[in-house]
Amino acid sequence: MAGVGSACLVVALLTAVYAVGASLYGARSGRREWVTSGRRAIYCIAALSLIAFGLLEAAFLRSDFSYALVAEGSSTDTPTFYKVTALWATQDGSLLLWATLLSLFATAVLFLTRRSLRDIAPYATAVLGCVAGFFLLLMVGWENPFDTLAMPPADGAGLNPLLRHPAMMIHPPMLYTGYVGFSIPFAFAVGALVARRTGADWIRATRRFALIAWIFLGTGIMLGALWSYTELGWGGYWAWDPVENASLMPWLVGTAFLHSIMVQEKRGMLKVWNVSLICATFTLALLGTFLVRSGILDSIHAFGASTIGVQFLTFIGLVIVLSAGLIISRLPWLRSEARLDSLLSREAFFLLNNLVLVGLCLVILWGTFFPLISEALTGTEASVGPPWFNRLVTPLALVLVLLTGIGPVLAWRRFTPAALWRVLSVPVAAAAVALVLLLAFTDAADSPPSLAMFCLVAFVLTVVGQELWRGTAARRTMTSESWPRALARLTGRNRRRYGGYLVHAGIAVLFLGVAGSSAFLDQRDVRISPGESFEVNGYRVTYREATAKLGGDSAGTGAPISFGAVLDVRKDGKRFVMRPSRNYYSSGDPALGTISRFFEGEATSEVDVRWGLTRDLWLAVRPDIGSLDKPIREADAKFADSPGDVQALIVAALAERYRRDPPPAAFRAIASPLVMWIWIGGAIVVLGALVAAWPSPEARLRRVRSLYSARLGRELSRA
Amino acid sequence: MEYVLALLLLALLVAAVLSVPLRRRGDEEYREETRLAELRAAKEAKYREIRDAELDHQMGKLSTGDWRSVDRDLRAEAIDILRELDRLEGRTPEGGMDR
Repeated sequence: MAGVGSACLVVALLTAVYAVGASLYGARSGRREWVTSGRRAIYCIAALSLIAFGLLEAAFLRSDFSYALVAEGSSTDTPTFYKVTALWATQDGSLLLWATLLSLFATAVLFLTRRSLRDIAPYATAVLGCVAGFFLLLMVGWENPFDTLAMPPADGAGLNPLLRHPAMMIHPPMLYTGYVGFSIPFAFAVGALVARRTGADWIRATRRFALIAWIFLGTGIMLGALWSYTELGWGGYWAWDPVENASLMPWLVGTAFLHSIMVQEKRGMLKVWNVSLICATFTLALLGTFLVRSGILDSIHAFGASTIGVQFLTFIGLVIVLSAGLIISRLPWLRSEARLDSLLSREAFFLLNNLVLVGLCLVILWGTFFPLISEALTGTEASVGPPWFNRLVTPLALVLVLLTGIGPVLAWRRFTPAALWRVLSVPVAAAAVALVLLLAFTDAADSPPSLAMFCLVAFVLTVVGQELWRGTAARRTMTSESWPRALARLTGRNRRRYGGYLVHAGIAVLFLGVAGSSAFLDQRDVRISPGESFEVNGYRVTYREATAKLGGDSAGTGAPISFGAVLDVRKDGKRFVMRPSRNYYSSGDPALGTISRFFEGEATSEVDVRWGLTRDLWLAVRPDIGSLDKPIREADAKFADSPGDVQALIVAALAERYRRDPPPAAFRAIASPLVMWIWIGGAIVVLGALVAAWPSPEARLRRVRSLYSARLGRELSRA
Repeated sequence: MEYVLALLLLALLVAAVLSVPLRRRGDEEYREETRLAELRAAKEAKYREIRDAELDHQMGKLSTGDWRSVDRDLRAEAIDILRELDRLEGRTPEGGMDR
């Protein structure tokens, strides 16, 4: 079936070329039938990409090692769960995932806008055809996922052990869906510029897609952080790693875009800014994809060196140059329809929030590419570490959270200082109370930035609570509904507004976790034998015994050998058991001995976390298997040509030897306060964004029959 | 061989799907439909703005004077949209058909 898969990609590429040509011809000549045909071409690309994707997934599931990609990224002993995900762990597979997701998104938006935006949609179709065509060209020309091997191996190399984690099953598709999703508003922005239709029509048509992309990208980032926390064995969730940064940058600029388009929708302002933001977001999304795959920057997340770096950079360069040229050429059509009435207005604060978000992105961009910049300028590669990022990002994050609180209380157009004080007095009082309590009862003063963040979180949460309360009260005045009903109707009828407020609350909660866990964690690194103990943050941890398992590791990753430890933990009279371990995967290196290859492959930490609302206790173990070196070497010499079952017996005997007489093992224990709130905050953000993205009931309003003014009054009173 | 056959078959299938609209010419009705859809979306957006302003007023964020001014502007813009909608739908302000 590899031939069918390759044929799908070639035909899809030709169809993408047709989509671009037919759409442009239809738009220029006014012949709608060509526009419709071009749109159908995008539908066809989606169908062909899905067929190709399905064929490749089937090959992975049946371990068909005649496919080079399957041999490279899977193996017979890879659990089925991870065979499915192995497709996007490879470069070729991730390109196919990109093309498939893009064509599906494009199909959805072009179907929904088939009867609207008739001037803009054909150009947007052409842009989407170009982007899909680029990814298809990469596969057809350089990285064909359907390449086959003349001599298929008996078994594959297997999925990178680090990727055998549930979060990794959905993290890459989430990120890619986010990246791909931003190509939709980008395509329509370009379409609007080409067609000189620079009103808010393109924004209204694609806003929901941008929000969905933002949700997926944000969820992907959170899942990546969770994977880092529970899989990488260093105990943190964010390391300012280039690939982490690459996913955060488009999210930040996308956040700015989602705020500033509201100003264009309401006031007809910030048109240049909005098209620039979405072009930047899409460019950063491409950059993110490139960084994950290129290996151009050292990263714990970069899983392969790219052979398509030049093509990618050329495409990114073209996107930047053409977008900038188009925006400059359309400046006369991008003039604001209104002026800023007051600096004390929601639109002014949105602009400020945009500047902070873009500033954050620029700081991260500079820090991420500093190694390349320094190498280009000085010849030596220097990098900036987490302290550099923390020093610059922390003040900007504090300002951002402050704006998160102020933005919702402001009205559009103008606001008086007296009214501002009226709506902010309670949140300011809440922040002051939080400050007093924190100073009196905690050691939060040890970290002034964290102390400030805690107070701002109190401020933001009070603002959101107050907005809900005041809105519900106002609705009750108008309708005499009960409190619960008024609250439900209020949020239901204003989903965009109150979904947004929920997102703000989620961001505040997330930063509560970040501030607590980054400033007040307690870490111990020890090396102890069974029976010995150590303390961390009041927890007394005792190494009870070593463990050794063959197959069936606790995390279900398919690791052949797993060494670990059983630890008794006591605190304040409570006792519980924790079981961190380390998985060892076989090496495919033929130079290694028959037995040593079982121990010399990759190894991954399977940490054990005791989750808690106030603090997590995180434990990782690094067993010292050096004590087994001598018997392993002896076994290599003695059983060089032994059959598989004998090898298994010997490995089992060695594992049992470790379990019975373990040498001291290295442990890392981290008591990290409030980490749980990062995940809870992330979940609230996603929930709020889903509320905001959900279609409003008012979209279902139908025709009315009365005089214009009476008609307006009646329709509005239906709220 | 499998590759060539699949290539030909898929190319023919796609060509058939793409050629269908080319055999059916577009018409004026389609143009009006698309404009109507755009106007309806603009109407809903304008209504949302009016409601937002009203809520802001009820919550004390907008003074009565400011709200009246904003509300008057927004309603005027909404009426323009309704007028254009009626023109395309061939209706009078009273709701009757004028053609």
